[in-house]
Amino acid sequence: MSHTRQAEASNPWRAPLLFLVLAVLFVLEGSFRSALFSGSWNTALGILNMGLISAIMVLGVNMQWGYAGLFNAGVVGFLALGGLAPVLVSTAPVAGAWAAGGPRVILALAVGLGTLALAALAWRRIAGPLRVVAMIAVLVAGFVLYRYLFDPAVAAIEANNSAAAGNIGGLGWTVLLSWPVGALFAAAAAWGVGKVALGLRSDYLAIATLGIGEIIVAVMRNEEWLARGVKNMSGIPRPVPYELDLQSDPGFVAKAAEWGMDPGTASGIWVKLMYAGLFGAVLLALILLAELALKSPWGRMMRAIRDNETAAEAMGKHVTRRHLQIFVIGSAVIGLAGAMMVTLDGLLSPNSFNPLRYTFLIWVMVIVGGSGNNWGAVLGAVLIWFLWIKAEVWGPELMRLITLPLPEGAFRSHMLGGAPHMRFIALGLVLLLVLRFAPRGLVPEK
Amino acid sequence: MDILNALVAILNFVVIPAASYGAQLALGALGVTLIYGILRFSNFAHGDTMAFGTALVILVTWGLQAIGISLGPLPTALLALPIGIALCAVFVLATDRVVYRFYRRKRSDPIILVMASVGVMFIMNGLTRMTPKIGVNEVRFDDGARFLISVQEFKAWTGLNEGLALRVSQALTLVVTALACWALFRFLNRSRAGKAMRAYSDNEDLALLSGIDPERVVRLTWIIATALAVTAGTLYGLDKSFKAFNYFQILLPIFAAAIVGGLGNPLGAVAGGFIVAFSEVAVTYPWKKIAAYLGFQSDGMLQLLSTEYKFAVSFVILIVVLLFRPTGLFRGKSV
Repeated sequence: MSHTRQAEASNPWRAPLLFLVLAVLFVLEGSFRSALFSGSWNTALGILNMGLISAIMVLGVNMQWGYAGLFNAGVVGFLALGGLAPVLVSTAPVAGAWAAGGPRVILALAVGLGTLALAALAWRRIAGPLRVVAMIAVLVAGFVLYRYLFDPAVAAIEANNSAAAGNIGGLGWTVLLSWPVGALFAAAAAWGVGKVALGLRSDYLAIATLGIGEIIVAVMRNEEWLARGVKNMSGIPRPVPYELDLQSDPGFVAKAAEWGMDPGTASGIWVKLMYAGLFGAVLLALILLAELALKSPWGRMMRAIRDNETAAEAMGKHVTRRHLQIFVIGSAVIGLAGAMMVTLDGLLSPNSFNPLRYTFLIWVMVIVGGSGNNWGAVLGAVLIWFLWIKAEVWGPELMRLITLPLPEGAFRSHMLGGAPHMRFIALGLVLLLVLRFAPRGLVPEK
Repeated sequence: MDILNALVAILNFVVIPAASYGAQLALGALGVTLIYGILRFSNFAHGDTMAFGTALVILVTWGLQAIGISLGPLPTALLALPIGIALCAVFVLATDRVVYRFYRRKRSDPIILVMASVGVMFIMNGLTRMTPKIGVNEVRFDDGARFLISVQEFKAWTGLNEGLALRVSQALTLVVTALACWALFRFLNRSRAGKAMRAYSDNEDLALLSGIDPERVVRLTWIIATALAVTAGTLYGLDKSFKAFNYFQILLPIFAAAIVGGLGNPLGAVAGGFIVAFSEVAVTYPWKKIAAYLGFQSDGMLQLLSTEYKFAVSFVILIVVLLFRPTGLFRGKSV
């Protein structure tokens, strides 16, 4: 990135004011029942929780884009990989699955990775025309061995109680532990992609990440032994109590009555508040770490690299290595968000990982919020998420107003039917307008 | 006889499908590579341009069918294609005028243009989703004859066990792609405007000095890229079916094809399209039957990867090229 970012005199009240607007929107959503707002605190808090998780995703993307100018077009993949962690770490073990083929699958995966490492070693160590032959020989032999080990093990695991399970099962540990594990998964994948695609043209990373995103989602969809694939994995344990348990707890019912709420609503709100507290704490901790890092010498170096790669390289900074570092860290944060999202949903459904929703919507949040600014990222995430959800309601309402003068008929009903898709157009417009007229976003970098 | 059967099976299940898929990818990759060569960014909206243009072609096809026009054995969509291209080109030129020109004049980083193309992608995606009667559904719009050679006819002629089918859409894809490539290369190599485009792609400043109008070159590029994209999209839709999301997903093999051939190099894009398509089909095809004809009995399917992982093939090709020859096989633009 070559454009320099001069600190313009920006209004110090801008960010607090925007956050206030956001808060007002949520209060309206929570308390006024009308055509535009649901008037349910359960709904409002539900949007807020997913907004907070989106904010963590945006924080990760913002590290890559805002601190280093890297375009990650495979957010959905890192997110899905993070979402795998709660299934593998915290669901209950499946009886007989490990015995059926667990060690053999692990061995097969080790052979697969070992093959790649050995091929790389062969390429580096052997000189002359022999090295291509050696590398291909290693790869072919490794692939055959891998398939020989892998296929029967997977068949055995999937045959084990295939109606209800058929997957390798989890470790049964606490679900909070799976969040950092999700971050680790995503970081490992990011390291692999970054190692190959960084240091080349900036578009290449975008295209390579687009690819890895598609592939990770394809793997999660098809590898039933891993997390049941498209059969979905439900019943992932929660870090907070279940609504039903709260409703049968006399202490809680009495407390709810004291507040004048029926136990059903109160339990929903209480659980969502606990989630909000948990997610908010993670978000604040991440922002604190990010701000500290940005103010440290390391942060200054990152910004120097972003603003002028050539100059930074001339000062002896290893640009590609630093880019790899920030790419891995950012992807780890995205993976963390993925694990949190799956925990919140209690469900891993690979078919729901749609790149438009989980890659490009996140990008709109980053650009709108203000790249390079962590608070801007949070604001952009929660605001765009709120609008994205509400556009589903507002779009048809707006369309009904627009088409009011039209006669009843096929065209009008088509326009009304197509209204939910209008949010794609609206989002594209928001992205283009912000990019053009306020390229530094709602809350610009200081 | 068994050798002949094996050959026919390879032709039927690998060569013909891969060739027509490769031709579709090649047309798409040509568009990506031209835009890259002239405008110097990877256009993420290309897949959705294909989808949007194809949706327009489908609407025009339905209109033509409604007034009773058809092409006999050929699909009516062929007649609708020029109109669809014209409509889509108008839209794409408008996006250039409204979106891209600003960044071009400012000489923004390519990555900013990529980001802008994501915005255009969203808008085109939304428009396609809102198109009457098409939307997110799977639409078949092929009419006319289905087969040039059908399996039964082929078996009756030759007396072989294996049948060979050549669908009209597949033959059409190959013919149209050959014509489009011939016309494009003739245009680039012979005509004044084509030479201006190549000069601009090679060295922008020098081209400006010699009096080439950059806006004209850019307009031409968008029109040609759109024509190629809509043609590719229509052929793909005739061959398989039209589904907006598939056109977003085909972006990855198209990018892979363009990079394998060397971004900015048209000849490379064509070669890249066929390389990606043939590897994709060969890797995901179960070779068991063909191996049996050749005398190897096998218990497994002899399928290297299941078809769900076909995108992994383009990805691996992409990675290999990035690792060993980042400028592509045919020397594209600098790394």
